[in-house]
Amino acid sequence: MRRHGRATPYLFLAPYLLLFLLFVVGPAIFGLWMSLHDWDFQLPGKPFVGLQNYQDLFDPLSATAEPFWHGMRATGIFTVASVPFLVAVPLGLAVLLNRKFPGRTFFRAVYFAPYVLGVAVIGLMFRYILDTTFGILNAFLGVFGIPQIGWTTEQPWAFVALVAVTVWWTAGFNAIIYLAGLQDIPAEQYEAAELDGASTWQQFRHVTLPGLRPVSVFIVVITLLASANMFGQALLITQGGPGDTTKTALMVITETGFSQFRMGQAAAMSYLLALCLAIVALVCFRLMKERES
Amino acid sequence: MRRRPSAFFWVLVVLLTLLVILPLLWMVITSIKTVGESQADPPTLIPEDPSGRAFGEVLTTGGQNPVLRWALNSFAAAALHAALVVVVASMAGYALARMQFRFKNFIFSFILLTLFIPGFVFLMPNYLLMDNLAWLDTLWALVIPGAAGAFGVFFMRQFFLAIPKELEEVALIDGANSWTIFTRIILPNAKPALATLTVLSFLANWNDFVWPLFVLFSPERLTLPAGLSLLQGAYTTDYPVIMAGATVAAVPVLILYVFVQRYVIEGVARSGIKG
Repeated sequence: MRRHGRATPYLFLAPYLLLFLLFVVGPAIFGLWMSLHDWDFQLPGKPFVGLQNYQDLFDPLSATAEPFWHGMRATGIFTVASVPFLVAVPLGLAVLLNRKFPGRTFFRAVYFAPYVLGVAVIGLMFRYILDTTFGILNAFLGVFGIPQIGWTTEQPWAFVALVAVTVWWTAGFNAIIYLAGLQDIPAEQYEAAELDGASTWQQFRHVTLPGLRPVSVFIVVITLLASANMFGQALLITQGGPGDTTKTALMVITETGFSQFRMGQAAAMSYLLALCLAIVALVCFRLMKERES
Repeated sequence: MRRRPSAFFWVLVVLLTLLVILPLLWMVITSIKTVGESQADPPTLIPEDPSGRAFGEVLTTGGQNPVLRWALNSFAAAALHAALVVVVASMAGYALARMQFRFKNFIFSFILLTLFIPGFVFLMPNYLLMDNLAWLDTLWALVIPGAAGAFGVFFMRQFFLAIPKELEEVALIDGANSWTIFTRIILPNAKPALATLTVLSFLANWNDFVWPLFVLFSPERLTLPAGLSLLQGAYTTDYPVIMAGATVAAVPVLILYVFVQRYVIEGVARSGIKG
């Protein structure tokens, strides 16, 4: 039974689809096309070069391969170091917030609050807090006799700092998603487990974790996406340093495209990074599926 | 029933609260210090010589760092962006949730798929598109391209799926057309979802960093996040000024958040369901 005119649904969809075609579908295809050209922003000619931009990224002698893979390494290290914390810490927060206690709504709002601040505020704030000589963190640690740590100037501390700041910033976001998942687990399952004499830990292990699996897959995927997009924290807190160790792939891409005007090359880098990300996401997805069966 | 929270539980809850609040408090405290005191070792917890100099510096209009102007730009961009998202996403979400037409599932799956394409893929091509549209360094670049994101459509569709069909059927018997049903019956019943989407879109746009950093150039046209990174570069060691800039960017969102936190949190919670 049709209750509306034949064209009506398309008219309702039209404004969004217009934007979608213009700013999502079009650019995705145009980017691919750019990556096959020597697309210099300043030059009139943009000759077709086939897969040259991609080949250059695998040619150790080319000028772009080294910075690109350094960027990939920085993004890779950050992702591997941050994703476990961004999955585990929020889970702990969610379990904490899932208990019934006075002021629960208030604390839930407080733990989520950092997420509403943008990366610019977070970056400036922590750049100062983490300063080696007059940062409050080193002053605080000094009280316990811990010598000054170069949070923004030494490795591995720079990565520790970037991961910690990112956890501080976004843990509340993932926690809220977990919390919704926790509230979907039927109370009867816990009651049944309790009747069987399961301890709190056993309940967590055999009721909570399996119940959260679908939500966890979602969280891992969005966290991977966010980590691969890592840009602002490194730009504002470590400025890519020490050396270029925290200069992420996205920083290299923007530098290639916007500072060196080599947009075709930058587009090729974007697609290669996206491909790597898709492979990692698929592997994670498969691993989590396997553990389910 | 589960046990009452223990003392350990409360210690943990309070410690985590401090962990959230103290960095923000430190930012505000530093903003009223003098430059010398902001670099004191060990740091002073309470400003010895509090002054509004840093705020004077960032809030005076004109000059190289018009923070107030950036705040206005950010507000205008975020408000227009949120309005656009709510209009196009609710219309599209309604069609995808409640109408029957060819390719519906294909269109929806295709839109949903793009939710998982990382943003940097669109950076170079959309920049060139802005250049061709002569939108570089304008408000349009901040307002319009972002409204093509799939989240709003997905979010509104999920909400409309849950509205009872009877509401529409009563109106149909009265001979109302689709547009009337949508604007008079569906939208008024979708107020919580519309409010949530408005707030989430506003916040996302207000906080966006990478895109405005590259599509805006003129100092007087920047948004707060892009401007703050400029401020950090210009006042390398004048931490009170940098912290005052960060405070000016943080306080409006935190105040907004106090009033709308329920919508923000419910919106985020719902985005994970069926993800």
